[in-house]
Amino acid sequence: MLFFIAKRLVNAAGVMLTVALIAFIIFRFVGDPVELMLNEQASQAQRDELRQRLGLNNNMLVQFATFVANAARGDFGISYRNQQEVFTLIAERFPATFELVLMATFLSLAIGIPLGVYTAIRRDTVLARLLEFISVLGVSLPSFALGILLILLFSVTLQWLPAFGRGEVVQIGGWSTGLLTPSGRLALIMPSVTLSLFQITLVMRLVRAEMLETMRTEFIRFARARGLTDRAVHFRYALRNCLMPVITVTGLQIGNLIAFALVTETVFQWPGMGLLFVQAVTFVDIPVMAAYLMMVSFIFVTLNLAVDLAYAYVDPRLREDAVAGTANGR
Amino acid sequence: MTETPLLSVRDLKLVFDGRKGPLTALDGVSFDIRPGEILGVVGESGAGKSLTGTAVIGLVDPPGRIAGGSIHLAGQRIDNLPAEAMRALRGRRIGAIFQDPLTSLHPLLKVGDQIVETILTHLPVSRTEARARALDLLEQVGIPAASTRIDHYPHQFSGGMRQRVVIALALCAEPDLIIADEPTTALDVSIQAQITSLIKRLCREKGAATMLVTHDMGVIAETADRVAVMYAGRIAEIGPVAEVTRRPRHPYTAGLMASIPSVLRRNATLQQIDGAMPRLGAIPPGCSFNPRCARATELCRTLQPTLGLQAHEAACHHPLVEADHG
Repeated sequence: MLFFIAKRLVNAAGVMLTVALIAFIIFRFVGDPVELMLNEQASQAQRDELRQRLGLNNNMLVQFATFVANAARGDFGISYRNQQEVFTLIAERFPATFELVLMATFLSLAIGIPLGVYTAIRRDTVLARLLEFISVLGVSLPSFALGILLILLFSVTLQWLPAFGRGEVVQIGGWSTGLLTPSGRLALIMPSVTLSLFQITLVMRLVRAEMLETMRTEFIRFARARGLTDRAVHFRYALRNCLMPVITVTGLQIGNLIAFALVTETVFQWPGMGLLFVQAVTFVDIPVMAAYLMMVSFIFVTLNLAVDLAYAYVDPRLREDAVAGTANGR
Repeated sequence: MTETPLLSVRDLKLVFDGRKGPLTALDGVSFDIRPGEILGVVGESGAGKSLTGTAVIGLVDPPGRIAGGSIHLAGQRIDNLPAEAMRALRGRRIGAIFQDPLTSLHPLLKVGDQIVETILTHLPVSRTEARARALDLLEQVGIPAASTRIDHYPHQFSGGMRQRVVIALALCAEPDLIIADEPTTALDVSIQAQITSLIKRLCREKGAATMLVTHDMGVIAETADRVAVMYAGRIAEIGPVAEVTRRPRHPYTAGLMASIPSVLRRNATLQQIDGAMPRLGAIPPGCSFNPRCARATELCRTLQPTLGLQAHEAACHHPLVEADHG
């Protein structure tokens, strides 16, 4: 098990280094940072001085090493646009995105799994077919369209929910949360629904397919032959067997959610990392873009690692240390 | 047969509804199993042996359906029970053992938990009692160090050990009838004998009757009291094992026996029955074996032979008699 984790960690580090290289290349070669940072009246001496200060005269490898070392400490330099520390900027925005993604993930599992089970075990009912049809719509409807439709209905026409922003937030340590205020919670509803719709349908279709597959296996037949109740057969036996792929997909999709959050955050003017990134792109704010890239890949890699560990938790066959003195039958 | 049969199957007909109309998979299958008796059911693949077992435990899934006949368990008709009543019966009064122990157990649940859950489903006992019972069962089926093994997962057991767990699961609510569907087919030959004798011993001890489905005549000869030979969805011959194996009356049974290699006789070539069993959609009129039968006459091609009510019966117009066995 330890070896397994160590191997995964080495892999993760490799991926992060590669991403760092890409981020570094963007930072270093998309335009001249010196040109971008100084105004046109700056003298040659000032330019040289800044070039020296940024270490741009050093050899490429040294520059990359410095970049990685700084990035590891969370130092991505200073935003070109508002001269703030990039790390602080992102750290300020991270809680908003995190809460949004967390809520969307929760919704996708809480709604997607029951719907998937239902459409699998009652697949001939009208409701199940209707749900499947709706799920196709869910997969095909782009999230920005849904977001705008929701705003039109619930904010403009019905005026039940705020159309943009996070509502009131409460600071807890360095973390700003909208979950503790009524207006913060209200503001979270539409963005998280928008963001999760695709995931709900994805989880639902995945669970449905896996359930149908599992229901055909011998161990389900044997469970039924032993007279176990339908509830036990469906939820304890079949669903449990479906959780592996659901964990994988959910874990990996959290990364996608962060990426999709970019669109949703723009639609709802949600003050998260995605919105920050979109603004950074408009202003060619390279350090912010590089940092965003690093940040998102870091989250991806961490999630992958978490998914691998979750496997070991769900599937005893992967817990090698649990195998003690057994013969195998294969 | 004065005793009331535990299981009584009469004229069972099972069809699969296909696009080209229904295909008859079982046609007029009738047999009895007395309490504590072991009935072997043999036949080649597709003869309908497993399907008969599946029909008895009420697990025929669409597009298959029981289209006729009846199944009685201890006098109670069970083939038309509501789903919930049938579920309560399965595992409680009819236990099942499946072919492949590697796929019969849930891979993510400890074997003990699977047994405990089954016991709790059927018997009014506490979780602690159920666990004690599960442990006892694992010991009875011959799992060494059962008290630690009870908390292991299926993948930590060998194939033979897993089949023992499956047997423990089938027996855990003390059913009156066990349907063992090819219980040794997926196992090594050396393990097969152990499992066969284990099933035989436990059924005797617990007084459970057994329907032992297999294509292995050797297993039948060692284990069963009576044997039913199935061919193309019908019973070709049924009778006491010694009778059927030594003096088969149906030409198909005779062919089946002749095709078993013997270590005593030195045969240059193995005997075989020419041709293949007809597919479900193409079962010939009359006796379904007639295209492959050397004794077939015009009668065999037109009239379907039936089974009588004697202890040893063959569905054949021209059964082999004593003289044929030399």
